[in-house]
Amino acid sequence: MIRYAAGRLTSLVISLFVASIVIFAVIEVIPGDPAAFMLGVNARPDTIAALRAEMGLDQSLIERYFDWITGLLQGDFGQSWTYKTPVADLIGDRIWISLPLAIYALILSTLIAFPAGIYAASRRSGAGDITIMGATQLGVAIPNFWFAMILVLIFAINLRWFSAGGFPGWDNPLQAMKSLTLPAIALALPQAAILARVMRSSLLDMLGEDFIRTARAKGLSARQALWKHAVRNALIPVLTIIGLQFSFLLAGGIIIEQVFFLPGLGRLIFQSISARDLIVVESVVMLLVFTVIMVNFMVDLAYAAVDPRLRSKA
Amino acid sequence: MSLLAIKDLSLSIGDTQILHDVDVDTEPGEIVAITGESGSGKSMTALTVMGLLPRGAKPGGSVVLDGVDILQTPEPDLCQMRGNTMGMVFQEPMTALNPVQTIGAQVAETISIHENTTKTAAHERAAQMLERVGLKVPPSRYPHELSGGQRQRVVIAMAIALRPKLLIADEPTTALDVTTQARILDLLRDLVREFDMGLLMITHDLAVVADIADKIVVMQDGRVVESGATDHLLKDMQHPYTKALFAASTHQVQLPVRKGSVQLLYAKNIIRDYPMPRQKLLGQRPTFRALDNVNFHIEHGERVGLVGESGCGKSTLTRAILGLEDVQGGEIRLDGDPVFTGNRPNQSVRRKMQVVFQDPYSSFNPRHRVERLITEPFHLLKNPPTGKARETVIFKALQDVGLSAADAGKYIHEFSGGQRQRIAIARALIVEPELIIFDEAVSALDVSVRAQVLDLIVDICGKRRLAYLFISHDLSVVRSVTDRVLVMKSGKIVEQGDTETVFSDPQHAYTKSLIAAAPQLPPLI
Repeated sequence: MIRYAAGRLTSLVISLFVASIVIFAVIEVIPGDPAAFMLGVNARPDTIAALRAEMGLDQSLIERYFDWITGLLQGDFGQSWTYKTPVADLIGDRIWISLPLAIYALILSTLIAFPAGIYAASRRSGAGDITIMGATQLGVAIPNFWFAMILVLIFAINLRWFSAGGFPGWDNPLQAMKSLTLPAIALALPQAAILARVMRSSLLDMLGEDFIRTARAKGLSARQALWKHAVRNALIPVLTIIGLQFSFLLAGGIIIEQVFFLPGLGRLIFQSISARDLIVVESVVMLLVFTVIMVNFMVDLAYAAVDPRLRSKA
Repeated sequence: MSLLAIKDLSLSIGDTQILHDVDVDTEPGEIVAITGESGSGKSMTALTVMGLLPRGAKPGGSVVLDGVDILQTPEPDLCQMRGNTMGMVFQEPMTALNPVQTIGAQVAETISIHENTTKTAAHERAAQMLERVGLKVPPSRYPHELSGGQRQRVVIAMAIALRPKLLIADEPTTALDVTTQARILDLLRDLVREFDMGLLMITHDLAVVADIADKIVVMQDGRVVESGATDHLLKDMQHPYTKALFAASTHQVQLPVRKGSVQLLYAKNIIRDYPMPRQKLLGQRPTFRALDNVNFHIEHGERVGLVGESGCGKSTLTRAILGLEDVQGGEIRLDGDPVFTGNRPNQSVRRKMQVVFQDPYSSFNPRHRVERLITEPFHLLKNPPTGKARETVIFKALQDVGLSAADAGKYIHEFSGGQRQRIAIARALIVEPELIIFDEAVSALDVSVRAQVLDLIVDICGKRRLAYLFISHDLSVVRSVTDRVLVMKSGKIVEQGDTETVFSDPQHAYTKSLIAAAPQLPPLI
């Protein structure tokens, strides 16, 4: 188990290193000189040159990469050129919206998907299965911003249970959670639909396995065999999907953040890209990559917790 | 009254009638073997007794176990009986256990679902039961840490944990090596006597049947064609199908006489190492030696057998001969040319050898027609025939293996297992090789089909003076179709020589144990 974890950790570090190089390189080849962009079309060349020097753009690529990475490692994300504030502060403000939102949505989608998938699998081809599969078909097909608008229409405008957007801050946690509820549901529904389908098909695969027949021969009822033997084995593909979904929820919430006027990471990236604020884009993307890689690392550990075969293999 | 009385059992799934008027009786302490070829309905009979029929199956008649008619019993009561009154052991030990639970927990489950006991007590009894079935590993192990034979012991422990009155074993040793098979059969026999259990054993292997059963039931197409006490039935078979089945099991091919002795394949000091996972984070990767100084040769037209237990290196040797992988030491030459050059198989040599694998189902692309499937090796030829000439070659290849020209346009799912194996042979023959490797090529076939395919192989190879390497775990088949035999153990060839000599007078202890373990049919009168 320790060797397995060490192996995963090594690959985590390598992934992070490669990702940092890729992110840095991609940002460098994006056309448009940030200094020229910030000063406008009529700026004099020597002013631009001065700004470039101030921003460190006149240094060599390797020097700039090295500065950036050592800064990141010390928690210094640099200074935003447009906001004129430390990038760490910009991210710090927004991560407390995006991260809770992603976790909230993931918990909701899991809570919806697991019972739905297990129920559908246990009643294969029955009315319940057909209904759930029909619903997930819709869930997969309909984009989440449409759900978001419908939710706003019903729960904010008609019923007035929730506010239609904005975020009051974490001073009142209950209010904060309440304002994240509609966005979280809108994000969670399509994810839950996918997850329920994966859960169902993975469970059905397991129910066809020989060890389920063995369990039945021991005297377990069909339902007991499903719960005691099939579910844990079916979790492996489901965990993979959950890991992928978390990454998506964290970065892909941008449209939902727009619909609900939430000042999250998605909006920050969007604004920074339009303003050519490269240092912010680099840092936020790197942070997202870091989170995704960490989540995948945790998924790998979860695999090992579920499957003893992985534990004994290095 | 019998322990188990199956009377007039019929079974249909949809419009298909699977079983017709099946009658089987089992007494306590008696071993009854149901035998027959695939599709004869023997497994369905077993599943009916367990009440584990697939959805939509409609049984008729009566199956009375210990005074209870299984067919009239509602599902919750059947759950009570399964594991308690009746237990079942399945064919595939590699998949019959839940991979994410320890073996102890899986055996304990049988106890805890039927009896009101504490977890500790159930685990203790499970440990005792695992010891009783001869398992020498702790109950805290997971299935993947065990060999096939060990896993089958766990499955048996699970089935007998509550000392059921009836044990059903569906092909319990088919997936195991001969020596392991012998031990598992001994275990089953001992348990039956000790617990005074009835054992209903499903097997296609007549040698196993003759070895273990008190009573034999022969099934064909969902009907019992003959049944009786083993001694009696073996001496005095009535039904033509029974006779044909036994004749096919002991089928002896007529090996044509071979002339000349020119070396074809030559393997010297072959070493094949596989890298293993590192023990330390940055340490050297240890290696596993799968082939250890293997030396042998095959002459033109020679028929050589290769036997050994699973994991002994047979498949690794096949891949090395075919040049699919490089070896770490030694050389393999075919007609003087190396089979592996640079970092890939030597294409010019590959035309001279072809291979036929075990599984006739998965070794073909289901989306290609037969004509395309069997002409796949044409890429080995410099100028493959085209147009009319290509058609002629295809038709000839199909005719040679006993199929018709019309079969060229069909897909693989339209053929039976035996026909598929004929197509595999046609594919191997189409480039007129000098050597064919048969890797367990008849192991998945029913006895009667196997006999036909063996005749075909010997016939074709005799006519074309083809050499073959026949790899099989079935010693009786190897004995019948080869001139010379190699015995392999842990990556080494421990004995080789003239087939008859090796079988009648084995020198190496391992060869002796293999031959002793193989069940044999008594000579038929």
